Amino acid sequence: MLKQIEGSQAVAEAVALSRPEVISAYPITPQTHIVEDLGAMVKSGELTPCEFLLVESEFGALSACIGSSAAGARSYTATSSQGMLFMMEAVYNASGMGLPIVMTVGNRAIGAPINIWNDWSDSMSARDAGWIQLFVETNQEAVDVHIQAFKLAEELSMPVMVCMDGFILTHCYSQVDIPSQTQVDQFLPPFQPRQVLDPAAPLSMGAMVGPEAFTEVRYLAHHKQREALKLITEQAAEFKQLFGRDSGGLLKEYDCGGKETVVVTMGSVIGTMKDVLTEMRAEGHSIGALTVRSFRPFPIEALQEALQDAKRVIVFEKSLAVGMGGILANDLRMATRNMDLAVHSVIGGLGGRPITRSNLRRMFEKGLNDQLNRIHFHDMRMDVVNRELEREKAQRRSGSAAENILSDVGVVAAAKTI
Amino acid sequence: MPQLPETKQKVKFYQTGTFTVGNRLLESDHRTVQATIDRSNSLDSGHRACQGCGEALGARFAIDAAMRASNNQLIAANATGCLEVFTTPYPETAWSIPWIHSLFGNAAAVASGIAAALKVKGRHEVRVIAQGGDGGTTDIGFGCLSGTFDRNDDVLYICYNNQAYMNTGVQRSSATPAAARTATTQPVGDEPGNAFNTGKSVPLVAIAHQIPYVATASVHDLHDLELKVTKAMQIRGARYIEIFVPCPLGWGSLPGDTIKIARYAVECGMYPLLEGSHGEITAVTKIRRRVTVSDYLKLQRRFAHVFRPENAHQLAQLQAIADRNIKRFDLISREDDEK
Repeated sequence: MLKQIEGSQAVAEAVALSRPEVISAYPITPQTHIVEDLGAMVKSGELTPCEFLLVESEFGALSACIGSSAAGARSYTATSSQGMLFMMEAVYNASGMGLPIVMTVGNRAIGAPINIWNDWSDSMSARDAGWIQLFVETNQEAVDVHIQAFKLAEELSMPVMVCMDGFILTHCYSQVDIPSQTQVDQFLPPFQPRQVLDPAAPLSMGAMVGPEAFTEVRYLAHHKQREALKLITEQAAEFKQLFGRDSGGLLKEYDCGGKETVVVTMGSVIGTMKDVLTEMRAEGHSIGALTVRSFRPFPIEALQEALQDAKRVIVFEKSLAVGMGGILANDLRMATRNMDLAVHSVIGGLGGRPITRSNLRRMFEKGLNDQLNRIHFHDMRMDVVNRELEREKAQRRSGSAAENILSDVGVVAAAKTI
Repeated sequence: MPQLPETKQKVKFYQTGTFTVGNRLLESDHRTVQATIDRSNSLDSGHRACQGCGEALGARFAIDAAMRASNNQLIAANATGCLEVFTTPYPETAWSIPWIHSLFGNAAAVASGIAAALKVKGRHEVRVIAQGGDGGTTDIGFGCLSGTFDRNDDVLYICYNNQAYMNTGVQRSSATPAAARTATTQPVGDEPGNAFNTGKSVPLVAIAHQIPYVATASVHDLHDLELKVTKAMQIRGARYIEIFVPCPLGWGSLPGDTIKIARYAVECGMYPLLEGSHGEITAVTKIRRRVTVSDYLKLQRRFAHVFRPENAHQLAQLQAIADRNIKRFDLISREDDEK
């Protein structure tokens, strides 16, 4: 059914259609409307049978899901930003125990300085945690990928994170086709756990593993993620057959075959990019794009194939490995290391900085003229950075860098110019 | 409202020359679960606990009693700690019940999740226990524990209190008593050992959460321990039992003195045995033969320094703590006062 609906509400409906049995969530730091809507559905009896646990922290939220999933219930939670960091110990634990929990991450920045807006720092901080990480472009895809996520998680006995841009998707109203319960039931069978806590067949879960077996256990998780590459593709195809929509999968190409320059990114920013690239192609530039849908597992072979005609890749990402550079860019460099490709790493949109058609166009043109640095900070004011560096050189007690920079560029600076 | 069992044993037959409460003269349904042939052996032999481990003893009695009370329909979530480590390095396990270990600080939340799963699946007959040491309960697991109490989730949380982080080399927890030597409160300086006026009583904090049942128990009175567990298992909602479990390794005591030390802790007033419900203390166990704090402390190397002349003030302060407990919780019956 077509609905004009907020991204969070759409995800709540998709999760409800997936028949979760236990939902556990902490409401703040920061949360989206997803769990509020699910809470209302459980309370009203619209979503039943389902237990909704309001916990004292994000750590408690995922820990409760660990318990409920281990006891055989389909379990769901949602988080973002600081909250995700607070649950990080449980994030690793859930994947280590092979518990097929599904978690939405409404991607947001991590402080300090405190910032509630969109970037991918939260999901990226858990990229090595053993969860499958699927990034979505639109709210429609968010709905579709959540339904696929439960099936994928339970098939592999491995938790899945659905990563959607905070605010840009989670708080955005758009038209979404919400599938029917019959359709979802046809796609997603009831949860059949591989291991379950049951007095009828007692087992011990989560005990200590020493050096004699740890490597093999970790390798197995890696092996299963590489296997997941095939399953993600298969499930996306099955989904398309049943629902008539192309959602999910490993990556999505936007007219990148045969193009000299290919922009590689993830999430919702491709929406703006497509407009710019269409414009540029009409002007005769050989430039296309692709988005990585499955960041973990990383689709190495699929990327190699998609980029076989490319000479230059511009990787655009809303994440920064401080002291290193781009995260997606470095993964892509590794994936294409035997190919004759110039890879430019562009970092932008941090802490919610707007990514516009005009600033994208300027950056792409630089790329086409080989004027991008190996690591390029998109739409960043180097003069502001230099001013702070000068201040730090001039005096020992130079104060908080964040406050100084805000004074230089923010409302205080604006007021001074009046 | 189901008839709850008494948590007081009406008649106690003490064996001659000992302080052990015997079973043989009791009617069969008053005997301990451990004394019966159909005990579940939930925590089976062959585990790696130290000689004289109070925690292993407490866990065995508590879980077997819970098993009987739940008709063997029990799942346990365990915090990281001694109990977890000595019972379950894969592929061995000493547990014959479904058991999960997730993390140090989340046993209560994991148990809440299990309880939610059982509820949604309509398996009301299956009961859930969370268990951990004092570190995993009073420190790192405190947030999750409070959450479980707050929501009144159908979980019995059992804390085995040995008053420090024993698994990792005897470091101070918020359950470590004043003056005690630990790796992080060394017996050096003017105030050797753990600082006075610190720490917290989680049983009293639990009572303040208004949950339906809270109790403290000790491994020196295993009848009492079993009765309290049995009582807790007949109540739905969040319940908390803290069991006093001496640790020969961490306390520097003889393995053979575990029971005696546990008894002295209670009988000197340092560890009051209480029950509480919905915000009120509902019962206390009176001291039977009062001993001094010195009697209790001198069996433990962790308190050796308080017997040095220069630390006499510490010993006096510790006795004052016990005296205050006796007064505050009314631990001596008037009958005894008159004697």
